[in-house]
Amino acid sequence: MTLNYDSALAIYEPTLGLEVHVELNTKSKMFCGCATEFGAQPNTQTCPVCLGLPGSLPVVNKRAIESSILIGLALNCSIAPFSRFARKNYFYPDMPKNFQTSQYDEPICVNGFLDVDVETDEGNKTFRVEIERVHMEEDTGKSLHVGGATGRIHGADHSLLDYNRAGIPLVEIVTKIVPNTGKYAPLVARAYVATLRDILRSLKVSDVKMEQGSLRCDVNLSLSKIGSGKLGTRSETKNVNSLRSVERAVAGEIIRHANRLESGEKIVQETRHFLEESGETRPGRSKEQAEDYRYFPEPDLVPVVPDAKWIEELRTLLPEKPADRRKRLQTAWAVPDKEMNAMVNAELLDTVEQTVLLGADPTKARSWWLGEISRIANDKAVSPTDLMSVNDVAQIIELISKGELTDKLARQVVEGVIAKEGSPSEVIAKRGLKVVSDDSQLMKAIEEAIAAAPETAEKVRGGNIPAAGALIGAVMKLTGGQADAAKVRELLLKHLGQ
Amino acid sequence: MSIRDNAWQMAAALSKNEISAVELANQHYEQIAAVDKDVHAFLYLDKEGALSQAKEVDIKRAAGEKLSPLAGVPLALKDVMTQKDVPTTCGSKILENWRPPYDSTVVTKLKDAGVIILGKTNMDEFAMGSSTENSAYGPTHNPWDLTRIPGGSGGGSSASLAAFEAPLAIGTDTGGSIRQPAAVTGTVGVKPTYGGVSRYGLVAFSSSLDQAGPCARTVLDAALLHQVIAGFDPKDSTSINQAVPDVVAAAKKLDIKGMKIGVVKQLSGDGYQKGVENKFNEAIAELVKLGAEIIEVSCPNFEYALAAYYLIAPSECSSNLARFDSIRFGLRVGDDGVKSAEEVMNLTRQAGFGREVKRRIILGTYALSSGYYDAYYGSAQKVRTLIKQDFDNAFTKCDVLVSPTAPTTAFKIGEKSNDPLAMYLNDIATIPVNMAGIGGMSLPCGLADEDNLPVGFQIMSPAMKDDRMYLVGGALEAALLSKWGKPILDFAPKLAGSK
Repeated sequence: MTLNYDSALAIYEPTLGLEVHVELNTKSKMFCGCATEFGAQPNTQTCPVCLGLPGSLPVVNKRAIESSILIGLALNCSIAPFSRFARKNYFYPDMPKNFQTSQYDEPICVNGFLDVDVETDEGNKTFRVEIERVHMEEDTGKSLHVGGATGRIHGADHSLLDYNRAGIPLVEIVTKIVPNTGKYAPLVARAYVATLRDILRSLKVSDVKMEQGSLRCDVNLSLSKIGSGKLGTRSETKNVNSLRSVERAVAGEIIRHANRLESGEKIVQETRHFLEESGETRPGRSKEQAEDYRYFPEPDLVPVVPDAKWIEELRTLLPEKPADRRKRLQTAWAVPDKEMNAMVNAELLDTVEQTVLLGADPTKARSWWLGEISRIANDKAVSPTDLMSVNDVAQIIELISKGELTDKLARQVVEGVIAKEGSPSEVIAKRGLKVVSDDSQLMKAIEEAIAAAPETAEKVRGGNIPAAGALIGAVMKLTGGQADAAKVRELLLKHLGQ
Repeated sequence: MSIRDNAWQMAAALSKNEISAVELANQHYEQIAAVDKDVHAFLYLDKEGALSQAKEVDIKRAAGEKLSPLAGVPLALKDVMTQKDVPTTCGSKILENWRPPYDSTVVTKLKDAGVIILGKTNMDEFAMGSSTENSAYGPTHNPWDLTRIPGGSGGGSSASLAAFEAPLAIGTDTGGSIRQPAAVTGTVGVKPTYGGVSRYGLVAFSSSLDQAGPCARTVLDAALLHQVIAGFDPKDSTSINQAVPDVVAAAKKLDIKGMKIGVVKQLSGDGYQKGVENKFNEAIAELVKLGAEIIEVSCPNFEYALAAYYLIAPSECSSNLARFDSIRFGLRVGDDGVKSAEEVMNLTRQAGFGREVKRRIILGTYALSSGYYDAYYGSAQKVRTLIKQDFDNAFTKCDVLVSPTAPTTAFKIGEKSNDPLAMYLNDIATIPVNMAGIGGMSLPCGLADEDNLPVGFQIMSPAMKDDRMYLVGGALEAALLSKWGKPILDFAPKLAGSK
């Protein structure tokens, strides 16, 4: 018998744990002055320190500490008055010193939480994810294994090493175990990473680009039999590199664990790799012969002892929490949950807000960005904000509200702007898209329409108002769609004595 | 002007244009050519670099530029400090032919001061040892008796001074590697306060204990060199951001009336050679004559210093030496296009490290392993705190502490090389200073009656009070000089071919 997702969750309760690595966007590396720019020529952003040359010594980047404290504060953590770096010792060719300088048992931030909203069968529900720690460490270099089938070091012909990434500051954010999420475990995991990403973005401490690896997530998962109260053995799925993958990895591991357990097999405590194509995981190195990292305090660095006053100064710099901001905007704009979620999921909340700040009506701003513009962006496989600026959209909405554009005309303006014909006013001028608002011009068209369909006009005169629709349609046609339908209706009915 | 002069005398001759820096460097190279085949103090001579540096100093002096006090004076650099484009081997095969792409901060300061770096001196591999026998490039011989060790790990630096191959040298001291070689060669060596001299570019053995310092033939020379190399360095997080004490003024003062000098009870007795204790006591008598007050102090936890040191230093070294993996620099063995990176790393480290280095890597790896960490590394750190407390207590009663530097005079080459524990005991009196991060100096206090070999006198001063040891050292040195009638090195047999 094979268990599917639903049948697995009828028997088992999942417990989550999430470890997120964030590359900070500091100008220089964690322990030296080298640049951190993404995508530079290999081994051009290196020095004796980040190459681990004999005699070199690390110096902590103050900006990285500041960013870590900001992250801790935003995640409701306590900031440790004393924290230290340690050395994590293991050999690997892309690790210059053969130890990673990382905080270990004395991290800079501890004991926080993050509330995340998940759409459940009963509407939006808030889950509290407790944060165990936030600590600082340095990234390793990058290995490219050439030849061989798997792209892994085993079986490769040779390997290329790029140390540009070595020493880039990383912050690792580790949750406590997240229990009682039931069937929403995949959604909670996804919402946690998404919310965390929003917070990090609002703090401006990281680029948080999952596809470039500046935000990487490891998913820990275990199952316990419902009612047993006993935690199962966990697996750790590494480098899950998109929000969708986070969700899929959790769901996939729930099914894999459940089926193993049902067939009487044990879960091996191991590191697994997420496979993007199938949504499954394959085993990495087993932790049964756990590596002994021989941690000890890094003697080349002094303890991090942030001044309490400095921490309070940083606290005042915290931006509004993304969740609070969302609630505030949702109330102000009077948007239902579903549409708010749509805006957030489409990552257009900022864009819509900026459009509204330029004077646009919130409902209109939302419908233009999520409707027409998103549709075109989808077809072109680009992001909506690559196509239009918030200024253009705000201007178009303003013209609609002034009655100078109809929705139909506005769609043509959008099309023109996307086709790079110029600004909305230039497109309007070039394409001659102005609403016909001149009454005499409209009257001429109305009379023409009546003359073409005298019987319909008679019906309207006789009190059959809905019959006017056909006449209005005819007028719109005669004006090439450039008339305001409401205005036409008003003039027509008046003309026919209604 | 003679190569037997002191550095400050050479500096004076240079400033009076009695000799040029180029001439002075050449005289030293001649002496090296004459005696170093027997002494083997140097691993590498940078004659070209040194002479061009000397020429530059001469040009500046001729142009009337204001120069630093030691400008033009030659120096021997321990091969553990990086010097740009000059081989830096640390006495190890694993770094054979490695030319660092950068200068250590100490070298930058020396170059800025116009000090002429003649070459790199021999040492125990990665500064692990007390005899320089652990060098992968063969031992250095003690100029007092070529069959004996010159101390270690900085035996090359101390021997170069005693053989008049250089008037100044740089050493590094993790457990006594400046002071014990000074003691057994009749020279002066100073381990400054931890953090007093930048460690940037000092190839690490044990980061929390390593400290570079000056080596010379007199206390004043050491002070002049100390002044050049000390000071805060933003590239070294453990460097102290405070003004350097005026050690030169202290070395010249010669007045120690009323100073309280503590004799550490635990650093005498069992294991100390009779002649060493005698000379030490005679020096104490001189200090009394100079008006100092002698107090006996007890530092009960010093008993555990050696054991704790041999956990902390190997632990840190096991991690510090992990980077020698053949990937980015240094030796590479077995890279035949078939073997894996891991196999090449293993073969390289197998071939590149000597026995003592391997012994300490294994010891340290074990001590840091999970399940053993608390019992070994953790306990050793606690002992370290207790040793600091012993010093703190003692310094409430005295201005400085004193002891013999090493328990014995120079032993025979090969005598202890198969007995690591006997070798480790050489550092019993010097290690507490490193454990506490304070300053320590060794200066000669006579020749032992049994073997006519130099005995070292150690002065220990509180952190960032390095001037105190120069004050006491300078006064004692002057008193002993007038007692002996000539410098101690004049009692040494003349080396074949020496000037």
